[in-house]
Amino acid sequence: MSTLHTVNKSAFERNSLESCLSVCKADASVLLIEDAVVSALQGTSVSDQIKQATDKGIKVFALGEDIKARGLSEKPLMDQITLVDYSGFVKLTTENDRVQNWL
Amino acid sequence: MPLDVNGTNYETDEEGYLANLSDWAPDVAEALAASDGAELADGHWEVINFLREYYEEYQIAPAVRVLTKAIGKRLGKDKGNSKYLYELFPYGPAKQACKYAGLPKPTGCV
Amino acid sequence: MSNTKTFVYINRKAPYGTVYALESLEVVLIGAAFEQNVKLVFMDDGVFQLTNAQDPEGIGMKNFSKTYAALGDYDINQIYIDQQSLDDRGLTIDDLQALVYEDEDDDWNEKSSIHLVNREQLSDIIDSADVLLNF
Repeated sequence: MSTLHTVNKSAFERNSLESCLSVCKADASVLLIEDAVVSALQGTSVSDQIKQATDKGIKVFALGEDIKARGLSEKPLMDQITLVDYSGFVKLTTENDRVQNWL
Repeated sequence: MPLDVNGTNYETDEEGYLANLSDWAPDVAEALAASDGAELADGHWEVINFLREYYEEYQIAPAVRVLTKAIGKRLGKDKGNSKYLYELFPYGPAKQACKYAGLPKPTGCV
Repeated sequence: MSNTKTFVYINRKAPYGTVYALESLEVVLIGAAFEQNVKLVFMDDGVFQLTNAQDPEGIGMKNFSKTYAALGDYDINQIYIDQQSLDDRGLTIDDLQALVYEDEDDDWNEKSSIHLVNREQLSDIIDSADVLLNF
């Protein structure tokens, strides 16, 4: 009975990613969308937070369309993060039992 | 009020600007001018083409001050001045030329 | 020009997720008509507004990042980027657009509008403002 968490605000600006990760079960998936995709870049001040989560087994995804929009397609993402497109987004919602949106 | 060009209707706003940028074509420009009672000559086309290139590059229609300076650089000082541009476009060079170029009203239009 | 004031715009949000970045840019362009002394600061997530190669077609938005390149035409050529904000986000200055202007007083030579600054310099920029606008 797993949960998909979506986060749409930058972790540099809001604590929604931090709150989200603090309550994520090990079988949870987290999808970064909209401004939250900036947190997926390598070597940032929030990289450790994300790495700790994935070490626990949490799967972290980022929406490619939002990364491309912000001019970050050529920047390396953290190895722990899987890129998805809109259909991948839909698939994640169907694979999980519920969706928690961290607005 | 739709604009009729050779039997095709194009959507416009209440001031006669094209609703969709992608509808623009030279014959549409001529029809837009005709609806103001104007006829397009080479001088008009130089400005219209410049505006379309500017929009393509920067995604905005330039303010009249910026347009005047840029036209002067591109087409020479005798054209890069308000007098010349107002003679071509008496309703205001940025506003009127943008209309015929199928662009939205200039940002920072004064 | 005793009526000239210094306007400092502080941009702190990433583009597209909220409307702040676009609103700021529009206010800057409209305000440019008043020919004041304008400084733009990009700090915190605001540094993402200037990234190269933005392509928001996939999320159904207009690519307004191209418009920053027109700022030089509007005589807006004092653009300050906070180095610390870049560092925190895994970015370098090379990830940002190179914005330039033509210097009227120097035979129209093309010069960079972008200045990398630290927090101490930022506090001086803020203190130089007659009017502060935050987005």
